Amino acid sequence: MKYLLLIYGNEQSRQIWDQMSAENRLTGLEAYDDLTAELASAGELIAAEALADPSTGRRVTVTDDQQVLVADGPYAEVKELVSGFYLIDCETEQRAIEIAAKVPEAAFGLVEVRPVMALDDFLT
Amino acid sequence: MTTVVEPDLLRDLTPRAVAALVRHYGHLEDCEDAVQEALAAAIKQWPVDGVPDNPRGWLITVASRRLIEQWRRDSARERREQRILRFPDLAPTVEVTPDLDDSLPLLLMCCHPELARPAQVSLTLRAVGGLTTAEIARGLLLPEATVAQRISRAKRRLQEIGARFETPSTSDEWAARLSPVLEVLYLIFNEGSTASAGDQITRPDLSGEAIRLTRQLHGQVDHGEVAGLLALMLLTDARRPARTDSAGELVALAEQDRRLWRTDAIADGTRILRAALARHRIGPLQLQAAIAALHSEAASTAATDWPQILALYDHLLALAPSPMAMLSRVVAMAQVRGPQSALIELDAVADVPGLVGHYRIDAVRAHLAELAGEREAARVLYLRAAQNSLSRPEQRHLLRQAQRLG
Repeated sequence: MKYLLLIYGNEQSRQIWDQMSAENRLTGLEAYDDLTAELASAGELIAAEALADPSTGRRVTVTDDQQVLVADGPYAEVKELVSGFYLIDCETEQRAIEIAAKVPEAAFGLVEVRPVMALDDFLT
Repeated sequence: MTTVVEPDLLRDLTPRAVAALVRHYGHLEDCEDAVQEALAAAIKQWPVDGVPDNPRGWLITVASRRLIEQWRRDSARERREQRILRFPDLAPTVEVTPDLDDSLPLLLMCCHPELARPAQVSLTLRAVGGLTTAEIARGLLLPEATVAQRISRAKRRLQEIGARFETPSTSDEWAARLSPVLEVLYLIFNEGSTASAGDQITRPDLSGEAIRLTRQLHGQVDHGEVAGLLALMLLTDARRPARTDSAGELVALAEQDRRLWRTDAIADGTRILRAALARHRIGPLQLQAAIAALHSEAASTAATDWPQILALYDHLLALAPSPMAMLSRVVAMAQVRGPQSALIELDAVADVPGLVGHYRIDAVRAHLAELAGEREAARVLYLRAAQNSLSRPEQRHLLRQAQRLG
């Protein structure tokens, strides 16, 4: 079963990160490295990426007359933005939650586990 | 002149060659790698030189030569003592006994209870099925690196726990070892039926592979549930051509064009099931196959022997209660006793752990409401079920049901 672990960032979590000492930041980054390595060696990792700062993001709109409009950045009113993700394939939802709990942001309740859609045994 | 080498021949030979080497030398990982090398050589040589008289012996000989070359290279390095101690007999001869098929102990080893289910699936497809890591990855819709990691980790784990090559002697042991094997084979079969989710042309047919492996097992083990699983797979697979329409959308059992069902597979499955029922104590897989067989015999939903199906579900729940079987029983009950009594039954089932809040409760309730003539209630329930379904084709199917009533 595939799951997407979405890691969010908000103002508070960014502040905490900004105020961290270099040493603490390194420990934080190592936690991701360890988790990624653990998932890879367990054969559970499909992909993991950190996303660049939201201000570098672009919104794309296709208008009725097929024009492509590009606007800057995220929606201003959004308080929490995706800052990274893990795409995993593991045996149970319980395991996915266990993995999510190892993401440092879980301490702030900023990790979301979303099952990936799949065709399970259809009643035919 | 070139000879055509049937891919199935190599795939059939793979587990036997691996098994023969493992029996002789131990160490699944190295043996498996050596056989992969031998297979690569066979693919190059056989079309040119022709298929050898004893293809299995050829593979074993070439693979054991490769294995020993590899160990010699290794032992020249630091692991010398360790390897030599573990493998005292490095003579490049393996006894080829054509009567002794080792693929069964190999299958049991790949489905070792110490391994996690995804590891068992990948290892079985690789070592017993003879699929490449790339093929398995495409079949399971996973990155190749993920599958490769699962396989090598599984092999290391087997090495760590000292898993031995053995066949159970008592019937209790057989039951304990066979049950994960049956689950793994069934899982592979079901993975295969998700083919519509991926690219059908490049995706290997895992359902067909599961049937092939189960048939092989059936040929080696006289066990009612092995026969039951094989029959269930054949009967389910027989409906595959009718299960999706020309646009690739799911078609529910009641709406399927039954003329598209494959009669040869139905006959095969029914025959295997009959033989098993006559000789073995009935088990859950045989019961599920019996239900599938009753559907296969019927020309339409109306002509289906629902009382018999309901009785089989009662029996199944007594033997192996499961949430999905409970739900299916409610559907059968509606056909026998009418939608109202089925709705009462559904209310009782809806509280069962594993079904609480499940979209299929809504889907079944929608179906029953429609049977009872409550179209609007059915439509709303179909919509809610679609919202909560995790499967896109199924979601589209439920939305179409809602649209039909809207």
